[in-house]
Amino acid sequence: MPERTMEAPHGGTGSDAPSAATPPAAVGPELARDFRDVLPADLVITDEVGRRSYECDGLTGFRQVPALVVLPRDAEEVAACVRICARHGVPFVARGAGTGLSGGAMPVADGVVISVQKLRRILEIDVENRRAVLEPGVYNLEISKAAQPHGLYYAPDPSSQQVCTIGGNVAENSGGAHCLKYGFTTNHVLEMEVVLADGSVVTLGGPTGEQAGPDLRGLFIGSEGTLGICTRVTVRLLQTPETVRTVLADFPSIEAAGDTVGDIVDAAIIPAAVEMMDSLSMEASEAATGAGLTVDAPAALIIELDGPADEVEAEFEHLTAICERHGATRLHVPTEAEERQKVWKGRKAAFAAVGRISPDYIVQDGVVPRTRLAEVLTRIAEMGRDAGLRVANVFHAGDGNLHPLVLYSESAGEHDAAEKLSTDIAELCVELGGSLSGEHGIGTDKACSMPVMFSSDDLGVMHRVRLAFDPDSRCNPGKLFPTPRLCGERPGKYQPHPLEEAGVIERL
Amino acid sequence: MTTHPTTGPTPDFSSERGEKPAPERADLLGGEFGSFDDHHPPAQELLDDCVHCGFCLPTCPTYALWGEEMDSPRGRIYLMEMAEKGEIPLEGAFTTHIDRCLGCMACVTACPSGVQYDRLLEATRPQIERNVRRSRSDRLFREAIFALFPYKRRLRAASLGGALYQKLRPKSMEKLLARVPERFGRLVAMESLLPPVSVRDAFRRMPERTPAVLDPAHPERRGRVGLLTGCVQDVFFHPVNEATARVLAAEGWDVIAPREQACCGALGLHAGREAEAVERAKKLIATFERAQVDTIATNVAGCGSSMKEYGELLADDPEWADRAQAFAAKVRDISEVVDETLADPRARRHPLEATVVYHDACHLGHAQKIRSEPRRVLRAIPGVELVELPEAEICCGSAGIYNMLQPQAASDLGRRKADNIKGTGADVLVTANPGCLLQIRKYLDGELPMLHPIQLVDASIRGVRPPEMG
Repeated sequence: MPERTMEAPHGGTGSDAPSAATPPAAVGPELARDFRDVLPADLVITDEVGRRSYECDGLTGFRQVPALVVLPRDAEEVAACVRICARHGVPFVARGAGTGLSGGAMPVADGVVISVQKLRRILEIDVENRRAVLEPGVYNLEISKAAQPHGLYYAPDPSSQQVCTIGGNVAENSGGAHCLKYGFTTNHVLEMEVVLADGSVVTLGGPTGEQAGPDLRGLFIGSEGTLGICTRVTVRLLQTPETVRTVLADFPSIEAAGDTVGDIVDAAIIPAAVEMMDSLSMEASEAATGAGLTVDAPAALIIELDGPADEVEAEFEHLTAICERHGATRLHVPTEAEERQKVWKGRKAAFAAVGRISPDYIVQDGVVPRTRLAEVLTRIAEMGRDAGLRVANVFHAGDGNLHPLVLYSESAGEHDAAEKLSTDIAELCVELGGSLSGEHGIGTDKACSMPVMFSSDDLGVMHRVRLAFDPDSRCNPGKLFPTPRLCGERPGKYQPHPLEEAGVIERL
Repeated sequence: MTTHPTTGPTPDFSSERGEKPAPERADLLGGEFGSFDDHHPPAQELLDDCVHCGFCLPTCPTYALWGEEMDSPRGRIYLMEMAEKGEIPLEGAFTTHIDRCLGCMACVTACPSGVQYDRLLEATRPQIERNVRRSRSDRLFREAIFALFPYKRRLRAASLGGALYQKLRPKSMEKLLARVPERFGRLVAMESLLPPVSVRDAFRRMPERTPAVLDPAHPERRGRVGLLTGCVQDVFFHPVNEATARVLAAEGWDVIAPREQACCGALGLHAGREAEAVERAKKLIATFERAQVDTIATNVAGCGSSMKEYGELLADDPEWADRAQAFAAKVRDISEVVDETLADPRARRHPLEATVVYHDACHLGHAQKIRSEPRRVLRAIPGVELVELPEAEICCGSAGIYNMLQPQAASDLGRRKADNIKGTGADVLVTANPGCLLQIRKYLDGELPMLHPIQLVDASIRGVRPPEMG
């Protein structure tokens, strides 16, 4: 860590003394009192109704009531809160807008939730150097809104960009429709101020994006809150492209749409985004947004090109020719910016809109090699049929990032079947040479699937890295790693998890 | 800390597996509807629509202010669910967080899942009014509001006092008020909302009938429009009603403003006073039935919103259900009525050079989804340049009687709105709700003329400068 800007008042105790067998110190009134010494009383939430409001994030299947919720107002107060947690030996979970879909911000029993929803200032828009300095609670879309008058924008655009925070984006290394061309959060964050588990404040990365030594910035991004809390983020801004052209193309089959994506890439066209939706997701989204999607088309692609006008024009012709070659049944090319935004709204509202066609659903997130898109979709359809459940598909086709939506009814007792199908789909992605998660993270939801993708050695290394930052495992414990209590614990006689036996993971 | 198992030497990891430690059955409150009584509790299927995605958060005014989950739409729905299961009582935190909701319905606009928060809130507030005993001072303050605002005569009488007070109000009053203890904050808020009172306007009555302006080119009437004159509107913003009648008449409508009409019940309905709202709705329906009109127009966003909901409000009453439906089907905001005439306008618009910023009243934009109509009506005035407001979707803090009940939150929101308005550099602010006008006026400090959009249309048709614009 390049720069220690504050002395750690309470150093960690080293990896050999985690809170392993000893439970976290009982949370008593002293903890709340200590928080009230550094925060106004109303920003320390102790009442049951308040605490229960924080028991889950965007993934409601996993819930845990925290002991306390605190709402610090600036970076110093965040550090002060973390130091109090360290002093009391209690775990904490950082929380942005609580929109995550993998249970990454689910609280820990007897732990503290540190909400950064009061840290929402845009500290600086540096037009000359094309940078923005942000507090972690700034909404993703707000960055582009603030940069827009200067002809700049922030590229990563998760579908929840109107509400998800940059702090959460850093934790999850969030992507979005346009990361096919522009990359993920990690490609756009230059520098971060981070509060570590012991309350010390460090700076990772640097303002120019160049740094000597290991890329600790890169390590932190995507660590899902297990290494610390970021309190200030410097991001790169890009120049708004000269031209943007978007086409919404309907196809007679999922396969035809999938083949189109392959051909576009083969033609050396790099679109800003290539998104695919199936008829079920279009039905839901159209009802929610009236974006002009054809609900009875089996599949549609939303393809966007951006860049210099001449280049975009030439590529656009090529692109539409490819679509037509694959039997596109309709090509809708919005001409007005407003109309284009409407099409995007139709895509971006899809997850949430599925609530209109199903009482409950699970949003899955996996990656397959682009060449196996058609294959994986066929397999998912079969698995859905076998499980007797509907699966809607919305995904970033350009980079093979799938978002199958498993529809079910809690009240009809379908929860477990849906949960299983969803897990099977994620693990299928790994089987086909892909990944458990593209952008939503592992969180609570997929921690138990990690051994499907990673060997004991891999997990062992990850865990040692984590302990280097957080020796007591108090930053967002129970996430990301397949702890036995999460995955192996069964009522009755204690059975060690295989990874626990191998010494890779520990009982927290 | 007592509601979930504490982690002991033999830890109970069940919670880690997503199993919620549900309260013991014996702890649960109430009967079939948990802590709610059986008179229209928030419907389970409406609660189920919420998938906790959080898309509503940025547009919720209280979440924008405080960033607390309990004071967000999805948080409040979560509380409703807990109450519905009988896990928490209505008294205490539940009432606090529901009371803090402005009822602006920005979340309804933002929700991709189509959650009908408006219906959930309208089911929840009466539950609180019926089942939660408020503190004595809170009760008295609320009673005072509802004993004054829905009554034109009492408002007129009050306006006399108000005018006198404003004449005599010492300059040092600001300082004096600043020193009033916080517990009287609501009274101070009320004082500061008092508009410049014109006693003459307050006591002016609308003519019962304003005949359509007909000429040889347009000898046919468009029809008969009944005009809701409103309570606060008619007393404090009487010129808006006059402008409305003139515009309608100029566009070929006969305008009927029944003398005996009283409050539409919107203020009470939005505050959970259901029984009162039902009685007012019935009276108003009967009044406009007698007037035999084709359309019922209102220039108040809050009134229009509740009048359009009379069908649901009276759905249980076999004698009134159909009449309420028929009434609701005729209700139009004035901007809708005028917008429909734009294809074939009768009254010539004179140029009016002005940069105009239009503020969407929540009960027009969010509740009635009327956004483009008023803008089209304004753009039809030659010379008008319309500018948009940043954070347009966020409430100004007026929200019916909210700015009297929750003065601190309302004042933070009012200041935020005023700053956004000033940033546009517009010459005039227009908005279609008297509550918004009163609220924003307080924070704009006379920096900008403020009008109802129909007043600009009226000035343009008559070829005069709009009021306050010299």
